[in-house]
Amino acid sequence: MKPQTKTVAVLRYRPEQDTEPFWQEYEVPFADDTSVLAALNYIKDELDGTLSFRWSCRQAICGSCGFMIAGKPRLACKSFLREFPGKVTVEALAHFPIERDLVVVMDDFIAKIERVKPWLMPREERSPDAGEYRQTPQEMSLYEQFAGCINCGLCYAACPQVGLNPDFLGPAAIALLHRYNLDSRDGGSEARKQLINAEVGVFNCTAVGYCSAVCPKMVDPANAVNVNKMNSARDYFFRFLPRPGNKGDCQ
Amino acid sequence: MNARRPYIRPMTRWYLRDPFFIEYMAHEGTAVFVWLFALELLAGLVCLALGEAAWNGFLAWLGWLPARLANGLILLMLLYHGITWFLILPRTIPPVRVGHARVPGWVLSGAGMLAMVAASAALAVGAAWLAQGGL
Repeated sequence: MKPQTKTVAVLRYRPEQDTEPFWQEYEVPFADDTSVLAALNYIKDELDGTLSFRWSCRQAICGSCGFMIAGKPRLACKSFLREFPGKVTVEALAHFPIERDLVVVMDDFIAKIERVKPWLMPREERSPDAGEYRQTPQEMSLYEQFAGCINCGLCYAACPQVGLNPDFLGPAAIALLHRYNLDSRDGGSEARKQLINAEVGVFNCTAVGYCSAVCPKMVDPANAVNVNKMNSARDYFFRFLPRPGNKGDCQ
Repeated sequence: MNARRPYIRPMTRWYLRDPFFIEYMAHEGTAVFVWLFALELLAGLVCLALGEAAWNGFLAWLGWLPARLANGLILLMLLYHGITWFLILPRTIPPVRVGHARVPGWVLSGAGMLAMVAASAALAVGAAWLAQGGL
């Protein structure tokens, strides 16, 4: 029996010969378990070796294969050809510059992630002899979902503010900042404050909320951004009042 | 020579690219009707302060068919604005916890909508009571 095929249209861009991107169509045989990533690999291996795209783990862990699939930001390994009636379009992630074909320039995204100081700045310095920094399950539950980010960039492709103003810190970086600020072991909130309170920090967000809707790991960056708008406003208006207690304390 | 030549795609008409963005523009756009209704309320208050003739003029405006149609449209838009506002509420407020458990978003949205209905009903009953000569 001849296998059924599907048309996969890919937005190509070869900087050494193209002035702008163009659509190229491929016929790909598929079954129920054929992911879009498997289709791209079929194209690369069997039809057109010049096609460029990033991928690695094939199981929604590495965050490499984010593309605009049928116009929406999705992971190619987590999307299946069977889900799309008719032709499937695959385009590089929106709001990122296209380096080549489906490969985008991530430099600015990585720089934003680095700027939020995404590491534990211990609340109290301890020597190894004093033992580990301990945390209760309840304290961990405050930030756990924000720690699930895999840096795939889908939320940046979903955020029109990122596209309109590339200086905006963006959903993933703010979610990561929030993750460390919420950590009971961390004391770096003050060091991150100037960045988050700036206009290109939380205040460029207009609460579209699509970032949280497209996240493949159920992170809620929109919540991280909007909670920090409140924190920032409270910090401005009540800056002369006593500080709240330790994170995780009874409110 | 550097062969890199990253291509930046334009953002023209981004709001039409995805149904999610169209709905976002729609629910943000209905805020204009909230503003219009606030203006109308303010005009009513000013008329009340100016005296009986001005107040009767305001009442006549409210009874005028085009104004009634406009207010009907404003009511529909305000309902849409209110409902969508409560739908995105769980994304905009800090997580609510009961004991150790986090309250699901749909419960927060539902509670908000119920509060909206209850407040509107209380206002309607109070207004009807005043109109009947209460106090």
